Formats: sequence, structure tokens, C-alpha cells
Amino acid sequence: MSIVGKSTASAGFVRTRWLLTGVLGLYFIYTFMPLVYVITASTKTNPDLFTSFGLWFSEDFHLWQNLYDLFTIQKGIFSQWLWNTFYYALVSGLGSAVFATLAGYAFAKYDFIGKNFLFALVLGAVMIPQTALVIPLFLLLSKFGLLNTPWAVILPSLVFPPGVFLMRAYIDEAISNEIIDAGRVDGAGELHIFSSLAFRLLMPGFTTVFILAFVASWNNYFLPLVVLNSSEHFPVTVGLAQWYASAVSGSGGSLLFTVVMAGALVSILPVIVAFLIMQRFWQGGLQAGGVKA
Amino acid sequence: MADIAATGSAVAKRRRRRIIVNKRVAPYVFLAPFIILFVVFLIVPLLYAFDLSVYKSTLVGGTRFVWFDNYKRAFTDANFWSGIVLLIKFSLMQIPVMLGLSLLFALILDSGTVYAKSFFRVSFFIPYAVPAVIATLLWGYMYGPAYGPFAQLATAIGWPKPDFFNDQTILPSIANIATWEYMGYNMIIYYAALQAIPTDLEEASLMDGAGAFTYALRIKLPMIVPTIIVTIIFSIIGSLQLFSEPYLLINLARNVINSHFTPNLYAYTLAFTGQQYNYSAAISFVLGGVVAVISYVFMLFANRGVSR
Repeated sequence: MSIVGKSTASAGFVRTRWLLTGVLGLYFIYTFMPLVYVITASTKTNPDLFTSFGLWFSEDFHLWQNLYDLFTIQKGIFSQWLWNTFYYALVSGLGSAVFATLAGYAFAKYDFIGKNFLFALVLGAVMIPQTALVIPLFLLLSKFGLLNTPWAVILPSLVFPPGVFLMRAYIDEAISNEIIDAGRVDGAGELHIFSSLAFRLLMPGFTTVFILAFVASWNNYFLPLVVLNSSEHFPVTVGLAQWYASAVSGSGGSLLFTVVMAGALVSILPVIVAFLIMQRFWQGGLQAGGVKA
Repeated sequence: MADIAATGSAVAKRRRRRIIVNKRVAPYVFLAPFIILFVVFLIVPLLYAFDLSVYKSTLVGGTRFVWFDNYKRAFTDANFWSGIVLLIKFSLMQIPVMLGLSLLFALILDSGTVYAKSFFRVSFFIPYAVPAVIATLLWGYMYGPAYGPFAQLATAIGWPKPDFFNDQTILPSIANIATWEYMGYNMIIYYAALQAIPTDLEEASLMDGAGAFTYALRIKLPMIVPTIIVTIIFSIIGSLQLFSEPYLLINLARNVINSHFTPNLYAYTLAFTGQQYNYSAAISFVLGGVVAVISYVFMLFANRGVSR
């Protein structure tokens, strides 16, 4: 805003501004096309899905019936899937944000033996293919009888290496060494400095990592696909994908097509709403970190 | 943590005495929870997978140690390498388009020469909140020949129905899903990096009479090159691990997506339909090696380019 503030009056500028708004507008249409589709498809009967135009409503408004079917099919297993997804994401999001914050703080504010090695190890972890981890995890979890339990999804998700990386960068900037040294001069212990001084300052970074870890867990598919096999433990991703596969192959009856769409709608709406609400103070956090740089 | 709540002068004295010790021990205390989980759920499974990969189990002979036989087999396995080649093609197609758009939009948003700036910023980010599985379902519907809007539009104007699932179009179809999902995420990363550039540079360049675009291209862009390199590496790593999208599209595109379409799909199939855990583990490790080598080579080139 500050660059252009002085030249907003010129006609050339106004033209560029409209042109670029148009470019972004086109991409906006692309971004929202699938979201419009999921909304219109959820309101249709299954035959209408095939006969009416995809990006508009059909005459028969069938949303309530689809939702009713969605929540009653297979004894209402869908609400169980929603709850599982939320529960797994909340626990692993909070847990991994706490652990990543503590670790990031250690990396940012202390010198210790093995620091560079440990950090390189954590960074290198992002290169590991998920199959290299999940397949042995599957075998190990089965040895300890944890297979097909919520723990099989939650425990491995508590390790979120990108969070450590982000928190280290954030803490480097958001918390000055002077504040910590001042705390030390006042006689506060290291843990006390962290909990009473540092934690408040790194709250925006913590929120960012929490949201990222929450979303990572909410979106996770491969791990639950492998370690869970009874549908009462499924998250929405695995459950819906299973319904979708049976709808496509025709084994579940053609009713499922619109119900799958209604399920997709119901499972993405809360995250999108949560995102819109949390976006503000999350981005506020990122920018506050940036200003200090 | 308990000592925080404690009161009394004796405690205060004790705490004062512990400062020196604490400063040395504290980082390990802060690291411990993460590192323990890291070891248990990352290092141990990896070591276990490596252990698996040097054995071979047969129905008759049981499990026996075979050194690097599984690796030798992987190195000459056409199914594995066709997956790698496919993903390299995929990366070359998808990453430049996606990151190019991310960068363009981040620069536009950052320069402020656009209306409804925060509206666009937030809405481009929304697909990131949609799980990859659901994004694939949505696009799978959109691509559909009967109920997909593209096929419907084509029929309405008398064109042949587009086929999104033949051997020419399957990669662009998947690349489109990935771009839709992650463009906004990368855009936000670039945007945050651009916003972090100190504003005094901005004022200096304005005094020189530089326009907003020259400023964006000549001054701001070079300053976020390290961020760009990081996002490219993360995108390469992500692309080479492609699994969910092709796995879910198998039902729609049986002719072109097979069980070894991508290396991860291959490893998954080997393990869970063939029970070949040992060979599957070796495949995963070779894939990890390929990912590391490609990322490293890219980093070498990138660093040379930057320091030039």
C-alpha cells in the first residue's frame, strides 16, 4: 500500500490495477470451480447429477435428503468419521506444536553439543518417503498390538519436523537474546524464562505450527489407510475414499455418488470456516515476525 | 516445570544456584520430548525397514539374510524406474507452473496494485484446507465424462468429450489437482517473505523513481531467492512421493494407472497386496536415495546460480 499510495491518481496505474485484478479474478474462478461443484452436486438427486449441468443447481433441491442419507447410511458411521478426524487432528496438532516449540526454542536460543547434527537430522526427515516410514510402522505397531487403534494414527503424527524448522526461525526473530539474558540476570531459571517470558512472545508462531500440524493430520490419508482397518476408527479421508471407490465400481449402488459429494462438502466446510477465522491472527503472526527481521 | 509454582526463599535460593547447570542442561530438557518421539516413530522404523530390506522371506525357506539382493533387484526393476521417470516428467510439468503462479500472485499482492487484496490472498489459500483425498474426489467428478462440467460443456457446443484419463492427459490431470491444492500455500510463503523485506529499501528505490514493477522484479525478487529454492526443494520432495491422487484415480483410469504408476504406489502394492515387505522396504529406500540425490543436485545448481 505504501509504494503505490503516492501514485494512485494516475490513469495508467488504475488501468494496471484493474488488469491485475482481472488476472487474479480468473484464477479465483478456477479455485472456486470445484467448490461450486461440490455444493451443487450435494443438492442433486443421483439421476440429476448425470443430466443437469455440473456447475449449476438442478430443479429438484435434494440437499436435505442427501445429508439425511449421509448421516444414516451404515448406521451413521459418517459422524463417527468426522469426530475421529477432528479428534486425531486436535490431539496430534496440539501435541506436535508443543514438542516442536520446545525443540525449536532449544535450537534457536542455546548452543549445545550435537546441535548442528540433530538439526540436520530433523531437516533430513522431510526427505523420507512416506512408504519407507509407514510400512515399517505398520509392522512395528502390529507387534505392539497398537494396530487398528487411534494411537496408531496419533502417536506417529506427534512428530512434525517442519514445525521444529519453523519455530526455530520464528523464535530467532521474535525473541531477542537480551530478553532472555535479562531474565537470567533477574535470577529466573531457564524453564521459568521459557514459560513466563518466551512463551507469550512465540504464541503467534505456536499458532502457525498448530494450524499446519492440524491440517497435516486432517489431510492425512496414507498413514490411517495403512494402520486402520475397521471403519469405526477411520478418519473422513479414508472413509469417503472407500465410499467413492465403491460408488465408482458400482458395488455400493449408484445412490452413493451424491452422498459422497455431500460428505465431501460436510467435511471441508468446517476446516474452511476455521481457516477463515484463524487466518487473520495466523497471518498476523507471520507478518509480525517479518517486521522484526 | 514444578519449580515455577513453588514459592519461598529456600526455593528461590535453590533456583538461583541451579541457573548455571540449567543453562547447559536446558536445551536437552527442551529437546527431549521431541527427540524421544523422533527416535521412536522415525529412526526406529527406518532402521527396522533397513533391517527388513536386507532379508528375503520365502514360503519354503523362511526368512534369510540376503545382503543387498533386494537393492540389486530394485536397481534393475523396470517397474520402479518407470515410476521415477514418470515423476520426473510430472515434476518438470507441475512445479514450474505452480510456483510460477505462486510467485506472480505473491508479487502482485505485495505490490498492492490490485483491488480486494486480502480477499484474493485468503481465497487462493483455501484449497490447502481441502484434504488431497477430497480434492482428488472433486476433480475426479469434474473430469467425469457423464457428470463433469467440462464434458457437459463440450457436448453442449458439439465438441468431442475431453478425455482426462488417457496416457497423454493423465499427468496433466494429476498436475492440475496438485497445482490447485498447493499454489496458494506457496503463494503465502512468498508473500510473507516479500512482506518481511525492510521498507527503507522501498523508500530508497522510490526516490530513484523506480516503478513498482521494476522494484518488484529487480529488488524484491532477488531477495526472496533463498525462499524460492526452499519451496522448489519441498515441491520436488512432495512430487516424488505422489501417492493419494493416482491411488484414488485408479478406479477412473484403469487403463493408464497401474500398480507401479509411482514408486510409492509400487511399494504400497508390494507390501499390502503382495506381502513382499522386504522388497517393498528396499524400494522405499532407493526412492529415498533418489529424492536425496535429486534435491542435492538441485541445491548444487541453485547455489552455483546464486553465487555467480
